[in-house]
Amino acid sequence: MGLLSWLVFTPIVGMIVIMLIGRDQHKLIRNLATFTTACELLLVIAVLAKFDLSQTGMQFAERALWIPQLGVYYHLGLDGISLIMLVTTGLLSFLACVASFGIRERVKEYFALYLLLETGMIGTFVSLDLFLFYIFWEVVLVPMYFLIGIWGGPRKEYAAIKFFLYTLAGSMFMLIGILALYFASTPHTFNMLALGQNQFALHFQQMVFLALFLGFAIKVPIWPFHTWLPDAHVEAPTPISVILAAILLKMGTYGFFRISYPILPQAARWFGPAMGILAVIGIIYGGFVAFAQTDFKKMVAYSSVSHMGFVLLGLAVFTLTGFQGALLQMFTHGLITGALFLLVGVLYDRAHIRDLNSFGGLWVKLPVYGGILIFCSLASLGLPGLAGFVSEFMVLLGSFPVYRWMTAAACVGILLAAAYLLYMIQRVLLGSLNPKWAHLKDISAREIFTLVPLMILILLVGVYPKIVLQYIAPTLEALVKSVGGTLA
Amino acid sequence: MSALLSIPFFGSELILVVSFFIAMALDFAFSDKKWVAYFTLAALALAWWFGPPAGASVRLFFGSFVWDPVTHFFKGLIYGTIGLTVIASLAYEQIPGRIRGEFYMLLVALALLLTVMGASVNLLMIFLAIESVSLTSYLLVGFQKFDQRASEAALKYVLFGAVSTALMLFGMSLLFGITGSIELSIIGAHIAKLDAASQTLALIGMLFVLAGIGFKISVVPFHFWAPDVYQGAPTPITAFLTIAPKALGFAVLARVFLTAFPFFMAQWATLFSFLAILTMTIGNVLAVSQHDIKRLLAYSSIAQAGYILVGLAAPSSLGLQAILVYVIAYLFTNLGAFFAVLAIERQLRTNDIGAYNGLAKRNPFLALSLTIFLLSLAGIPPLAGFIGKIFIFASAVKEHAFALAIAIALNSAVAAYYYFKVVKAMYLTPADSAERIENPMPTRIAICITLAGTLAIGIWPTVFIRFAEQALIAFPTF
Repeated sequence: MGLLSWLVFTPIVGMIVIMLIGRDQHKLIRNLATFTTACELLLVIAVLAKFDLSQTGMQFAERALWIPQLGVYYHLGLDGISLIMLVTTGLLSFLACVASFGIRERVKEYFALYLLLETGMIGTFVSLDLFLFYIFWEVVLVPMYFLIGIWGGPRKEYAAIKFFLYTLAGSMFMLIGILALYFASTPHTFNMLALGQNQFALHFQQMVFLALFLGFAIKVPIWPFHTWLPDAHVEAPTPISVILAAILLKMGTYGFFRISYPILPQAARWFGPAMGILAVIGIIYGGFVAFAQTDFKKMVAYSSVSHMGFVLLGLAVFTLTGFQGALLQMFTHGLITGALFLLVGVLYDRAHIRDLNSFGGLWVKLPVYGGILIFCSLASLGLPGLAGFVSEFMVLLGSFPVYRWMTAAACVGILLAAAYLLYMIQRVLLGSLNPKWAHLKDISAREIFTLVPLMILILLVGVYPKIVLQYIAPTLEALVKSVGGTLA
Repeated sequence: MSALLSIPFFGSELILVVSFFIAMALDFAFSDKKWVAYFTLAALALAWWFGPPAGASVRLFFGSFVWDPVTHFFKGLIYGTIGLTVIASLAYEQIPGRIRGEFYMLLVALALLLTVMGASVNLLMIFLAIESVSLTSYLLVGFQKFDQRASEAALKYVLFGAVSTALMLFGMSLLFGITGSIELSIIGAHIAKLDAASQTLALIGMLFVLAGIGFKISVVPFHFWAPDVYQGAPTPITAFLTIAPKALGFAVLARVFLTAFPFFMAQWATLFSFLAILTMTIGNVLAVSQHDIKRLLAYSSIAQAGYILVGLAAPSSLGLQAILVYVIAYLFTNLGAFFAVLAIERQLRTNDIGAYNGLAKRNPFLALSLTIFLLSLAGIPPLAGFIGKIFIFASAVKEHAFALAIAIALNSAVAAYYYFKVVKAMYLTPADSAERIENPMPTRIAICITLAGTLAIGIWPTVFIRFAEQALIAFPTF
């Protein structure tokens, strides 16, 4: 068994062990889950250390025949794109697991589902067989439904089923697309790499691209498929919001990088302008709606719509810088928004409300919390020196020579981000202290522990982005060449 | 092959005939009817053991039946379904003790009749088989004769069944009149040589035959009986009815249409496409508003028939394979779901979905297994239903029937909604009472077997796909 198989199945092992433990052993269950996610993180670090930077192809490949009648292989592998998502998954899963210590009800079920979710996410990012990819993609849905539906807020049932049905409908179309690719290829195959070698007719490419697009766009979510996101984010418990924002949304854009672009390059270029327009609409629309929110969590949720728009814009322009910016944005958005959701959770755990207008002056009572919140907000609004700036700047730099007006419009999004985030800081931290909150305690050591690694990375990537870019550049160069984009 | 030479290939059936009478004697001999059930299981095992070899392909009794890999496949499916139904029925206490013996006896008879139905290749035998299967089913549906709902269900079933078999018989007489034969292969050869007017008549005959078979597989618009019958019948019988007669209905449908009407393939493929889309849509849409889980699963099983029909609406060898794979997956999944329902109904005496609230606390194993069965019905990987669904999808996509594929995709989302209604009740809604729900040994065994099947097909589908492939070796190809 290779390193990637260990990565995929370790959480399942943890899940089975947890299911065998008595349901009242809360502490043991929590520790086991944390141990499992920590092992995952160590495995990810091992992969990172062994990763060969000079290679553009798949590394750590594993391949075994699974269903001979359909030519389905258990085929795993890793390149720069997968690696960066793997790091995000490993890190955020661990931190969100620590952040889950506040879960008090049905602890056993929670952590069992949580670990199943991690298997699904890791599997999605390392599968090289479309059939296997689809299975992991769907495996993510079921635990997510329960995690939102059981431990969520007041409207959890609605949010959970909405999330589930939206994504399921999208992925059904994705499945049609996958099967169309299978039957169009000679010999019939689900192998992503082999499918990339096929030359499909443009019309066929366009049809399949649309089918896959539905699956991916709902997951990202791209405007106008985003309506499940605010509900799911707001109702989900804090750690699950973190996972949703940092990892699940990226599965959509990852699908473009891994499947749509390499296999359907002509269609991708054909749809490029349309995707650019959707991206810009998402950026501006998300920004305005975020600005209008009074619910802290909903504001962060809509800011995700806006920020994921940058990923899509970078994807739409077919330049190396744009691609790099998009992929880097997937990483940095995971860090920053993950941190912001954790911070929302910290406040909500204490005040039990999220209404921005009812806070004020909290910086006096929670100085450390205030500092961290400002740091993360600045990162999110794209302050130079922090991670968000680098990725969004690269996206804009890459898109400027291609779509000037769209780039200009996207810049409005950055302005809006500054507006809603600073307005949020003003309403939460500044002003006079509402006496109702005089008893609030500052952020605890455990909560700081979940945030510090993210902050370090945000700063590190902001100052020296090469630590990430060196991993993704060779892979993206190869991708740009294969889709016929410009190497600038 | 003459009657005498055919006998060796009819070993299983003869064993079942004898077993039927022995079961009758045992029914008189024992007051505890579970011995009849054990005997039934033994008889099925014995019949399977002494059955003819799988590989052969011969015509029996002067061309009335055929023993081929398809028959073998369906025989296994029938015995499996009936065996599991018998096991689960041991825990079903709603049937009064003194008539339970007859209950098991009738199931033995059905094992025999359904196998004959799958083996029939001439119109007369097909009619007799379908009619006798129906008659036995009517009896079983109305078995709780003091329950009004059961009596209503049985009566409805009889009326619908009588009309549709009459229609089928009329169609068959037309076909016989035009072609002068009741053998499917001869009819098929004749139709191509007829003049245009007679061909139209043959087409009409075909439609009437479809009405009869459509009743068995509960395809829209012949589905009206299904929800009432499935709701009113004893739960183990409902489980059985949604699978074995339906699967055999598809076997007959495929045999009749591929052997007797290949000439009209373009017409019936189009017709089946419409019927498939209608069936899955109506089944799923009507399931959404159900509050009774048996009714919900009844509509779901109508929708599933729509999915299976896709295998013939986009006719190809992959389509036939898809039907068989789907049927195996569906066997384990749907039986399992009904067995879980049975275990809960046994204690709570209701099938209202509201009674499932908080089941996760009252019996975690039942809740988890029912969830897995429902997820499998919804086609979530890596479970059996997913493998079935991907074959159905593949058969549509391969023949470029994208309208069908899109219809399945949209329907899957609708279906997921109502399956999750039950999941929601079990896990998300708190329980009204903390009393534990018992799961007696027979249902526990039956659920464990179906659960193992559901997971095994999903994780290791190769073996099960091979069953389907081997069954189709000698079947008419495209």
